[in-house]
Amino acid sequence: MIEVLRSGPLATVQDLGRPGLAHLGVPRSGAADAPSLRLANRLVGNPEGAAGIEFTFGGGALRFHRAAWMAVTGAPVPFAVDGRGQGANAPCRVPAGAVLEMGAPPHGLRSYLAVRGGVAPDAVLGSRSTDLLSGLGPAPLTPGDRLPVGATEGLAAINVDVAPVPPPPDEPVLRLLPGPRDDWFTRDALRVLTGAPYEVTADSNRVGVRLDGARLERARDGELGSEGMVTGALQVPPSGLPILFLADHPTTGGYPVIAVLTAAAIPSAAQLRPGRRVRFTL
Amino acid sequence: MRIRRAGDRGLLIETDAPHRLNAAVRAAGLPGVVDVVPGERTVLVTTAGDPGRLAGLLPGLPLPDDDAGDAAPVEIPVVYDGADLAEVAELAGLTVGEVVALHGGADYTVAYLGFSPGFGYLTGLPERLHVPRRESPRTAVPAGSVAIAGPYAAVYPSRSPGGWRLLGRSDLPLWDVARTPPSLLQPGTRVRFVEAGP
Repeated sequence: MIEVLRSGPLATVQDLGRPGLAHLGVPRSGAADAPSLRLANRLVGNPEGAAGIEFTFGGGALRFHRAAWMAVTGAPVPFAVDGRGQGANAPCRVPAGAVLEMGAPPHGLRSYLAVRGGVAPDAVLGSRSTDLLSGLGPAPLTPGDRLPVGATEGLAAINVDVAPVPPPPDEPVLRLLPGPRDDWFTRDALRVLTGAPYEVTADSNRVGVRLDGARLERARDGELGSEGMVTGALQVPPSGLPILFLADHPTTGGYPVIAVLTAAAIPSAAQLRPGRRVRFTL
Repeated sequence: MRIRRAGDRGLLIETDAPHRLNAAVRAAGLPGVVDVVPGERTVLVTTAGDPGRLAGLLPGLPLPDDDAGDAAPVEIPVVYDGADLAEVAELAGLTVGEVVALHGGADYTVAYLGFSPGFGYLTGLPERLHVPRRESPRTAVPAGSVAIAGPYAAVYPSRSPGGWRLLGRSDLPLWDVARTPPSLLQPGTRVRFVEAGP
């Protein structure tokens, strides 16, 4: 069992979410930076989809009531076990009763902690993920929460010392594909979008990243009928400032999507820090 | 049918028959399909890998005649005591009794779901009842609230903020995570509202 001593600004339980239910209005949810959660799980011998903890801006502190193997990935957050500094992207043995404390990541936003066996609060609709849009899954973690840890029998052996992971760039360049509704904008809009950088605003969360910068001009008026939305979509409300959808995005929406990030760029989008800049390229 | 790319893991298909296409894609059991999401005039198909091959298969899929043709409509009992009933009557130039009779006398179909889990956008609302949503949304609308906005009717499946106009309430559970499927309403489900005693 793991006890939450401090959650930091936001800590939630995440696995790979609830795919296949979007037609019922259920967001996919799951780790915003899924490859980082998958890596953390592999490092401790878990199946890639086991539930771990997603920390936003680090700051967490946990007491491990039983000895466990764990790994921290994603935004490179400094952390210590009983005061002794440990390395990220590597399996780490935590003795029974030990306290893990995290600092704040100098780059990136979201760090992932996997524990061998996975954290195991009750699943809802097949997933333990906290969905902040619809309120499905466990509530965000608060001090005093106790998370059960799943069984470790039969898991893969731990056989990696450390996984080499480059730090996230300060001003990432994210690749996108035009459409599906680029024809709702002026011919110039895609050039504007990929021209100057955008600033990540503080009004960003697991639902979406609100961007500030050059406004994207519509070529037509009227309302688009509500349609299905994908993760990585750049939806453009009447303000002309795009919102980049992340894991907890609504399943349908009525504002046109000018472009969608490639699947490979979505994990980097999940690491965008408020106040920093991001560029887009075709 | 027009197929648009939605990134490198999705296709957005424009169609006059979203429910029939939705049913056809589900029935075909195409490999790699993750989600099939009907919208007002579209179906979004998301995939685990490159959707290019799927795009070639979609135009050849046989569409069913009518996906919900033989199913009996879901009957939703309503107590018509909503906070906005009188206002809706005034906006529509009707009496409260006429609003209730119009709302309860129509046949509805779930066009699509969204906004929150289990929240179905129902088409079939009589045109006299097409009223704009409230200028300032409520911070909390109780679960079971029966509401209208624009061309749509709906029942709030869970407590949430909301700007629709409230006509009444229903105690029929629309959303239950312990049920399979968790949502009583699906795209294409037919719905009738039936006045219940208070």
